Amino acid sequence: MKKWLKLSLWIVLIVLVGIQFVPVQRNEIEPVTNADFIEHYESPIVIGNIIRASCYDCHSNQTKYPWYSNVQPIGFLLQNHISEGNSELNLSEFGLLSNRMKRTKLKSILSQIDNDKMPMPSYLFLHSEAKLDSLKKTLLVSYFDSILVDIDR
Amino acid sequence: MKKSNSILTLALVAGISFSLIACANKKSTDHENGNGVHDHSAMNHKAEDEMSDGSVVETSENKSISQLIDQYLVIKNALVQDDARTAASAGQKLAETSSSIDLNTFEASKQSEIKEILEVVKEHGEHIAKSEIAHQREHFEGMAKDFMDLLAITGTDRTLYQQYCPMYDKGKGGSWLSDSQEIKNPLFGSKMLTCGSVKETISMK
Repeated sequence: MKKWLKLSLWIVLIVLVGIQFVPVQRNEIEPVTNADFIEHYESPIVIGNIIRASCYDCHSNQTKYPWYSNVQPIGFLLQNHISEGNSELNLSEFGLLSNRMKRTKLKSILSQIDNDKMPMPSYLFLHSEAKLDSLKKTLLVSYFDSILVDIDR
Repeated sequence: MKKSNSILTLALVAGISFSLIACANKKSTDHENGNGVHDHSAMNHKAEDEMSDGSVVETSENKSISQLIDQYLVIKNALVQDDARTAASAGQKLAETSSSIDLNTFEASKQSEIKEILEVVKEHGEHIAKSEIAHQREHFEGMAKDFMDLLAITGTDRTLYQQYCPMYDKGKGGSWLSDSQEIKNPLFGSKMLTCGSVKETISMK
């Protein structure tokens, strides 16, 4: 019994050490282009900062990875989340979308923020700086609204 | 000595297989990521400015659009009955149909706009396929205008009614299309089945 416990602990340890060497593809590839949402709309600095802090980790190509993303398997899980977020909405490439798709995405963004579904609670747990208090929320909603109206014109 | 060797071998094998699994996972997410890139083409005119002319439309086009309308109406009827599962499977079909429509059957000048509409319809269909009912309704409402724009370009194979309920989304209002004049509200379902009125009739010339 004791032998088996020792054996399995060794296995767990070695597996944990082993997976630290598995490369994870990171999402911080390219420089900011003109298609980037904040660049594209020349967002005011205050707004740009809120969007960067609250959305960009999962919805752009400029993820700011926390130190524990270097620890596996946490890093794998994070990367899965980020890829999923990015396939729904990638603000680094927003400018490339058709006007119709921009409207569709903006409506979803507005509804997600308005209903407190984004940023996700599980993300806010470790990123308090990303939390949207009522002032930031109002600012963002009216800003995204104004962009939506501009596209409609 | 022998024993510690076999422990080491076992651990190594476990480690390697774990790594392989991780790599496979990564590949599949990379692939999904590629779908996020859309090409764009300029959109200079709005669809509603052009009046549709059903007689110009070839039969083959009409058929693909018919399927799209069918699936839209299946989603609508499911939402009327608060049936999220039926709506989800029809949403999946809607997404598949919208990416399988052959753009070359349409006039060249209309292709880019039809392509953009179908991309958006696909997006809505995918979300309807994987969401709970409130979110399904949000996306269903979101594509009403895109559908009307599409019908204005391609023509329709049946008479459709644009219906509107002013109470949806905290009083912002919401539209949908129906093949019957009678109001059965898909945005509220059984909670408010009769909210709404006919705003526009879309028929063939």
